[in-house]
Amino acid sequence: MTNISFVREKPLPQLPPPITESTTIGWIRKNLFSGWLSTLLTIFSVYFLYICLKDFIPWAYGGNWSAGSIRECLDTNPDVACFSVIGARWRQLLFGFYPYEEYWRPILTFILLFVSVTPILSRRFAKYFWISLIYPGLAVWLLWGGSVWPVFSIYLAFVFSGLGFYIARNQFKLSTGLSLMIAVISLIVFYLFLASPFVSLFKYILPINLVVIESMQFGGFLLSMIIGFSGIAASFPIGILLALGRQSDLPLVKMICVGFIEFIRGVPLITLLFVASVLLNYFLPPGTSFDIIVRVIIMVTIFSAAYMAEVIRGGLAALPVGQHEASAALGLSYWQSQRLIIMPQALKISIPGIVNTFIGLFKDTTLVSIISLMDPVGLASMIRAHRNWNGIYWELYVAVGLMFFVCCFGMSQYSQYLERKLKTDNS
Amino acid sequence: MSDVITERAIDRSKMEISDEVAIHISDMNKWFGNFHVLRDINLEVRRGERIVVCGPSGSGKSTLIRCINRLEEHQQGKIIVDGTELSSDLKNIDKIRSEVGMCFQHFNLFPHLTILENCTLAPIWVRKMARKDAEETAMHYLEKVKIPEQADKFPGQLSGGQQQRVAIARSLCMKPQIMLFDEPTSSLDPEMIKEVLDTMIELAEEGMTMVCVTHEMGFARQVANRVIFMDEGQIVEENEPAEFFDNPKSDRTKLFLSQILGH
Repeated sequence: MTNISFVREKPLPQLPPPITESTTIGWIRKNLFSGWLSTLLTIFSVYFLYICLKDFIPWAYGGNWSAGSIRECLDTNPDVACFSVIGARWRQLLFGFYPYEEYWRPILTFILLFVSVTPILSRRFAKYFWISLIYPGLAVWLLWGGSVWPVFSIYLAFVFSGLGFYIARNQFKLSTGLSLMIAVISLIVFYLFLASPFVSLFKYILPINLVVIESMQFGGFLLSMIIGFSGIAASFPIGILLALGRQSDLPLVKMICVGFIEFIRGVPLITLLFVASVLLNYFLPPGTSFDIIVRVIIMVTIFSAAYMAEVIRGGLAALPVGQHEASAALGLSYWQSQRLIIMPQALKISIPGIVNTFIGLFKDTTLVSIISLMDPVGLASMIRAHRNWNGIYWELYVAVGLMFFVCCFGMSQYSQYLERKLKTDNS
Repeated sequence: MSDVITERAIDRSKMEISDEVAIHISDMNKWFGNFHVLRDINLEVRRGERIVVCGPSGSGKSTLIRCINRLEEHQQGKIIVDGTELSSDLKNIDKIRSEVGMCFQHFNLFPHLTILENCTLAPIWVRKMARKDAEETAMHYLEKVKIPEQADKFPGQLSGGQQQRVAIARSLCMKPQIMLFDEPTSSLDPEMIKEVLDTMIELAEEGMTMVCVTHEMGFARQVANRVIFMDEGQIVEENEPAEFFDNPKSDRTKLFLSQILGH
């Protein structure tokens, strides 16, 4: 019989890793040419890339940027891209029919957009959240113009109602529900009786005006950005509320949320856009007329809110029930535990789905061309109808596609960064 | 399963049981759908008592202690915790929950918050404590469970035993009157069970009122002043630990003990 007793006397030294783990050549050998199948796949993939790019790169790289019409392009060299159309019409593709001398307004709005999303996207600047709250009103005023006071009065109405809530809560010690009711009443009272005198007074005392731009003058990428970002900003909170409502114990709330989600998800977006452009005015009381862009934003918002709700519900369902129990056992109220425990985790789980919905929404904004709003796709058709550019296909759509790709890719990159940053375990 | 859980002698100087009632349960019944999980439960826990609830799985022991802070709703009977009756009144429920700490089998730490944030969350939001004070309290209790150096880590980076000790510290930060333990060591490796039990013993030594659902019979024998055996939703036997283990009365208890202590 052999002796199975063994005692290690000294620990083994650490050795450097094998060549396949450390050098570039090792990496290539291990990952690209590790066997005949992988070698074959590598060669095939390289060949595939070659086929895809061998015509596209010379076509795009040698593109003609200076011709005045497609005729000129074809006369010079019919085998390269005719990017001249973009040179001639880029302003339209970006701004639609927005007046040239007012271009600073959408550009400023665009720059301010980045300022306003920083507090939302980065924890370091979270204390500047008020900028994000001011931004929507400011953007509306900058883009559509007119007097600043009607927009300002909306904010004032909210301040007024917040004040009502605060006084009811802290001076008269009313319950939260009652205080909320007072807040709503003060909002309505302000709007019915105080808003219009206030606006006319300040229009008279301190007229701050910008040239009014009609909604039909909006177009191009500007329009996509307006609809896309308003839709994203509004559908996110609505989606969260719908997801919570769908999980609610209150049967009526649950029924309304389920009904809404299932109905909206079951209807194509185009139908909703047609409703927005044609039908909505029939249902509204006579005399009220909503701006077409606002109507479209509402429809896009409710459409993606329904999807958002389902994505977030997935995140909620993935949370172990223990998280609810632990937060309840510590004495946190329903809303506290949703805000502090449940939602941060559920949203983190659903980041890929949420961004997916955002990207989908952003690209769906091109559907508004069907109801004759001039988004980039609508404009592309219009430009192609012009005598100078009749017959141009690829160049315009490549350009439009590129604009959308940059935005969507940016969103996707941010979401991946966020996922990495929010990772809190070792795996 | 060993009977000895700690080598040192347990300090019983502060383990006083007062006459004051901490938890009063009378004629309590509960159903899950048609299934009658808890039948006619009558139980009185006085301040300073350390009660171990044991029994086979499915006997309703977890459900019983989850009724005490209303993670489960009872349908009949009365539960009075710290003088407040549990009813559908949300105010009472919130009040009781902030007075009663609970530790779970799967710890249920909040994975997106650091250890320190886990401990300060409830004091800040429920007790409205200032952040600085809450952090001081949290560090105090983290030191007590012997993991202050982990304060800035996330739960996912800790071992199971450490996580459960954090969970205990998190409950203690609310300065609870009563602690409930729902199988706190059942999902731990043997090496880690001891560190959690040590923490629980220290808690008992300070006179905390404790109700523990556990299979650690060594803990029951040495720390508990009363052992309750449940089967099929009923309290079958209830006795002092020495009497309970050495001289069980009912056949069901004898069978259970022979199975759990037999190997």
